[in-house]
Amino acid sequence: MAKLTINVEKCKGCGLCVDVCPKNVLELSPNKINKKGHKPVEAVREESCIGCAFCATMCPDCIIKVER
Amino acid sequence: MANKVLMKGNEAIAEAAIKAGCKHYFGYPITPQTEIAAYMAKKMPKIGGTFLQAESEIAAINMVYGVSSAGYRVMTSSSSPGISLKSEGLSYLAGADLPAVVINVQRGGPGLGDIQPSQSDYFQATRGGGHGDFHMIVLAPGSVQEMASLTVKGFELADKYRMTAMILADGTMGQMMEPVELDFDVAPAPEKPWATNGTKMQRKHNITNSLSLVPEELEKFNFARYERYKLIEETEALCEEYLMDDAEIAVTAYGIASRVTKNAVDEARKMGIKVGLIRPITVWPFPKAPYEKAAEKVNHIITVELSMGQMIEDVMLATKCKVPVTLCNRAGGMIPSVEQVLEEIKKYAKRGE
Amino acid sequence: MVVFDKPKSLADISMHYCPGCTHGIVHRLVAEVIDELGIEGKTIGIAPVGCSVMAYNYFNCDMIEAAHGRAPAVATGVKRANPDEHIVFTYQGDGDLASIGMAETVHAAARNENITIIFINNAIYGMTGGQMAPTSLPGQVTQTSPYGRDVNACGYPVKVCEMLSTLEGPEYLERVTVNSVKAVKNAKKAIKKAFQNQIDKKGFSLVEVLSTCPTNWGMTPQNALKWIDEKMIPYYPLGVYKDRSNKENN
Repeated sequence: MAKLTINVEKCKGCGLCVDVCPKNVLELSPNKINKKGHKPVEAVREESCIGCAFCATMCPDCIIKVER
Repeated sequence: MANKVLMKGNEAIAEAAIKAGCKHYFGYPITPQTEIAAYMAKKMPKIGGTFLQAESEIAAINMVYGVSSAGYRVMTSSSSPGISLKSEGLSYLAGADLPAVVINVQRGGPGLGDIQPSQSDYFQATRGGGHGDFHMIVLAPGSVQEMASLTVKGFELADKYRMTAMILADGTMGQMMEPVELDFDVAPAPEKPWATNGTKMQRKHNITNSLSLVPEELEKFNFARYERYKLIEETEALCEEYLMDDAEIAVTAYGIASRVTKNAVDEARKMGIKVGLIRPITVWPFPKAPYEKAAEKVNHIITVELSMGQMIEDVMLATKCKVPVTLCNRAGGMIPSVEQVLEEIKKYAKRGE
Repeated sequence: MVVFDKPKSLADISMHYCPGCTHGIVHRLVAEVIDELGIEGKTIGIAPVGCSVMAYNYFNCDMIEAAHGRAPAVATGVKRANPDEHIVFTYQGDGDLASIGMAETVHAAARNENITIIFINNAIYGMTGGQMAPTSLPGQVTQTSPYGRDVNACGYPVKVCEMLSTLEGPEYLERVTVNSVKAVKNAKKAIKKAFQNQIDKKGFSLVEVLSTCPTNWGMTPQNALKWIDEKMIPYYPLGVYKDRSNKENN
């Protein structure tokens, strides 16, 4: 299993990572709001993560660290 | 006797710049200053420096901005219409507190004007020369020797105060030939810890910048810059006074106008008229002290200019209008004659009697 | 094992770009390349005027803020000041590079100035709120082309790579995009080559990156990525437009 570390406070909730994830690991939080006022991304199914780093590759704000 | 060489004013500027440690020059051809570029084109490759004919004056001044950011002495030169194009860069240099030397060999204007000597960029030079609150140090040579020595001084002052020093010359000063002595003791460039020349992984990264979106901060920068300007006004103003001790009339002029005026003063003295000359060498900072002194004892001041009257405003400000100040001028590339200035002196000498 | 982390040369602060704007991706790619080539200590970046005006805050190398469009001239100065030690890149948008700074761009290319230019083409002026850019597409609606770009009145968009490829000067010109994982990887390869060329003293290298502006295009970030495929790439085909040292690439 791979590990995702997401800097939630810097997330702008654009969702590009959500769309690109092949394993449907990520979702924008339905109820949380970060300090920037965005609904940040969450790894709701982290156990499915294969560590491909597609999410991090497409993240414009460089907030995802991927370990495998 | 020191080694003297016969040189054109423009060439003297170029050689003095090299002597001052300037190894990077960027220019764009425009009459009557192109000899500077030609001289640099010949010399720079031989000393491992940069001569680059830029695609425009705008590009040239921005290349200057780049070299100066990296911490090196650098110069560009142009004439009036080209200086207008450079004015964007002059403002950015000021905003980023970068040292540079810029030469303006003035020609007649406005617009494309002509290619004859003029002093009609005085306002542009002494009031900043671009948008925003700023000044340049403006040096006004009165001989080919001063074209050289003030260029050296320009580099020193630019580095000392982290600002642009402009040499405000004119077409005659640029083209005329005189013997020049070129042995200068040049102050070495100071350390420039602010330079953006690569961190070498030994310091935090530097930023060269004039953008400051928080108004409180920008105000602070502007106030700080004007504190520096105040110090410059107090310590760097330069002026030559000629026969002013017993003068009842003062004539004042800089650059080529001062040479004509000096002759007229000599002629008037032969006629027994007590007249003297005040010649500013820095026009920013404007040397106020000799004018304040003159305002207490002369009964008239004549400014002689190759413009429609620009320096006259500084003279009025410096004398607080305590004595009448009038203009004796030619414009559009014309130079006042000794006779014209002499007639003007005689006019006020009579009134004084 | 760390598979992906923020590059060292990218500053650890939040960038001001709108959600989903791909400027951030390109910033990261530049920082990754600087890290991988080990040139952080000798790199000097030049920021433009436009959306990426504050790029000087986002890189951990020395940075210079230039006047609008003048970055290639400033870069020329920095490079010429110490050609052996300075690695110089500019990061410019389409208004900066292809409108107000066209002369500086063309002449730096003509001189084969040994610098690297990262050119963000998002077909709009972003910072000022969505006006028509020199690269806005025919018919594209912007604040200053509210009825769509009328080519009879405003002319046609400028194809920078194609135009510069007619010059003898430039070493390397490539157009890439960052609208998919594959595209991002390809863009990084191009950016790395553009820096490597400078290290190898090969000369002027420009990478044009088709980029998104969801806010001013009036789209979701996802639809903006699609718009690049559907609208931009047909007008601005991806590929290498010049690669002087690698003839078969031309």
